[in-house]
Amino acid sequence: MRSSSHLRALVVAMAAVFTAVACGTGTSQNAGTIKFLGVWSGAEQASWLAVLKPFQDSTGITVKYEASRDQDAILTSSVAAGNPPDVAGAPSPALLTTFAKAGKVIALNNAVDMTALQANTAASWIKLGEPLNDGKLYQIFAWADVKGLIWYDPKNFQAKGYNVPKSWTDLQGLQSTIKGAGTTPWCVTVESGSATGWAASDWLKEIVLSQSGPDVYDKWVAGTQKWSSPEIKSAFQTFGSILGPGGNLVYGGPQYVVATAFGDVGTPMFASPPKCYMLNQASFITTFFTKANPSLQPVTDFNFFPLPDINSQFTGAHVVAGDTFSMFKDTPQARKLIAYLTTADAQAIWVKRGGKLAVNKDVPVADYPDPLAKEFAQIIVNTQIAKYDATDQMPADMKAAAWADLVKFIGNQNQLDSLLAHLDSVQAASYK
Amino acid sequence: MDFNVLLQDIPTLLLVIFGVPAVLVGYIVGAEFLVRRLPDKNRPQVRPWIWVGPALAMVAGILFIPAIATFVQSFQDNHGNFVGFQNYATQLGGFPSGGVWIAIRNSIIIWLVIYMILVLTFGLTMAVLFDRVQYETVVKSLIFMPMAISSVASGVIWKFMYWYQPVGAPQTGTLNAVVTFFHHDPVAWLQDQWPNGLAILNNLALITVATWGLTGFSMVILSAALKGIPGDLLEAARVDGAGEITIFRRVIFPLMMPTVVVVGTTLVIFAIKVFDVPYVMTNGNFNTDVLALRMYNLLYLSHNNAAAAAVAIVLLIAVVPVLIFNLRQFRAVEARR
Repeated sequence: MRSSSHLRALVVAMAAVFTAVACGTGTSQNAGTIKFLGVWSGAEQASWLAVLKPFQDSTGITVKYEASRDQDAILTSSVAAGNPPDVAGAPSPALLTTFAKAGKVIALNNAVDMTALQANTAASWIKLGEPLNDGKLYQIFAWADVKGLIWYDPKNFQAKGYNVPKSWTDLQGLQSTIKGAGTTPWCVTVESGSATGWAASDWLKEIVLSQSGPDVYDKWVAGTQKWSSPEIKSAFQTFGSILGPGGNLVYGGPQYVVATAFGDVGTPMFASPPKCYMLNQASFITTFFTKANPSLQPVTDFNFFPLPDINSQFTGAHVVAGDTFSMFKDTPQARKLIAYLTTADAQAIWVKRGGKLAVNKDVPVADYPDPLAKEFAQIIVNTQIAKYDATDQMPADMKAAAWADLVKFIGNQNQLDSLLAHLDSVQAASYK
Repeated sequence: MDFNVLLQDIPTLLLVIFGVPAVLVGYIVGAEFLVRRLPDKNRPQVRPWIWVGPALAMVAGILFIPAIATFVQSFQDNHGNFVGFQNYATQLGGFPSGGVWIAIRNSIIIWLVIYMILVLTFGLTMAVLFDRVQYETVVKSLIFMPMAISSVASGVIWKFMYWYQPVGAPQTGTLNAVVTFFHHDPVAWLQDQWPNGLAILNNLALITVATWGLTGFSMVILSAALKGIPGDLLEAARVDGAGEITIFRRVIFPLMMPTVVVVGTTLVIFAIKVFDVPYVMTNGNFNTDVLALRMYNLLYLSHNNAAAAAVAIVLLIAVVPVLIFNLRQFRAVEARR
């Protein structure tokens, strides 16, 4: 009978499989691995791997680093599939907060030495890591960026006899002087793949905070301040006055602004003759300057001044942002990595390589590679009103709509009212 | 890729290599064994179901059940409460420029019509013209080559083609270098919503990329159909005094019609579900949103599952007429045999 011989073959095959399974389970355990999902590529990736090196060397743990700018999608689908990375690092707390609320992230109170953390990290950073207000720490911050810095090339300013503006009126005056001399004052670029528009949202956040103050800012974050309210609307209009009518104060006009990657913002400023004189970007942009043009030196080739206060009532207000880390799987290796990232030693590695500011106070100022970075570190310490990145704290729906509508606003400022009405409707729906 | 990962878990690897075929063989042998126990007259009724069974289970498990779940979810909010047609109202409100309407217009009008016409026209023209030259194989291989490039890669390649620098700056994008050579201002191909904000230009720029990628496909299939037309038919037409253009219109094209329809419906489906090219090149900004991309962004960028489900159903509804047409066409072809 043929079928029975088939059956016999099948039984033999199955037996082979089960034997193999039984024998195979006894593989030896080494120090283990950590699956890590982050966003850093290029120069930033090199710095991140440098941070990991001492950790891997001393513990023998291998960190498998996977990077994607499309982190939202990858993390959401891998968590939904029950196969998250062990640890994830995100450039904003919003995404990881979403997962903390969904109960997918493990509290870190037992992984981290809380007393040490409280001693060496400002309370506001720890508070941001406790988004559920249940006394549990779900994310740790390792590095921060200062936002709202106006970058310029001191040589260009000197050649034309321009002075660093001390007030908002000065800035407006400088703007029209530069325009009058036949050049565009500003460089703005906002393209960033699926996050296109965030660079413009930085402008808006700084203006809201400096123009209308922390209370409005907080209400705006919480979804109780309407987008069409006079405060937010006038922030858009102020941003519009930077772009100029039809975008004529910005190099390349609106189409260049929306078509060009945020990291390339500085290229026209360093061209000869300069195509623009100022740009607004967070402290990390220095990495992009020197990557594109390694001969540039801080202070002599590029320097910054804080965005002048728009309303003197709210002097010294700054928007800050930071890199946060969460644990999705509770393994001893993952705990070690989280604990390691809170230490001054770990944070100092990236600080020395440039582009990041440590959250840990024990990182000595001497570790900052250049005078600019030392100044940033001072700003982080001295800021009187520190507010975390607003759009990053809004619901994902709201954030995405704000980015997209800012891109539309840059394209055509006349449609402001309809854009604000749209943002109001998204706000009404997304905070539920 | 790091293949070491495969070796870390040997048991699972073995299970996949040997277990999966073993289960399949076991299913076939076991089912056949049972069928043979049945009386002769019942066997033909049962056997087809045994053979189709696994495929049916797969279709149900990964297509049908999720589709129903999506349908149900489109009537719920993100916390699972029933909200009726609210998700649809949010998406379909704001006609004609708000919500999902831009995506509907782009997917169902601009992409579907223009993309299909472009790819079919180019494919057909090339198939007919290359049929008459010596170096047919070489040219056809060249035209077919972009098929080997993934849409994401071709999106990146074409981004360099479309690169925009302001007036006066050296143009690093190929197209703008050409355009400025003829003393025209550079064009921001992907951002320019010409004419008057209708965004035809930048959508055409995206469609060009997809057309470049798929023309080879339609050309090869149409060319195969062309080769299937008997030579004596054309000979007879020529003897009767028909010109080449008349032969194409009256003999070749009617005979190729069934193939044209098949390629056309395939293209329509491609057009409706297009995602990767807009995702890479514009992310749906500047009025280039399409349904599949909007669904993806609502799901992953906005974490708004309910709205994404509603858009998915809109997409499904958009595909249904095409499916019905396709099935009818298959039946018509069957009937002609």
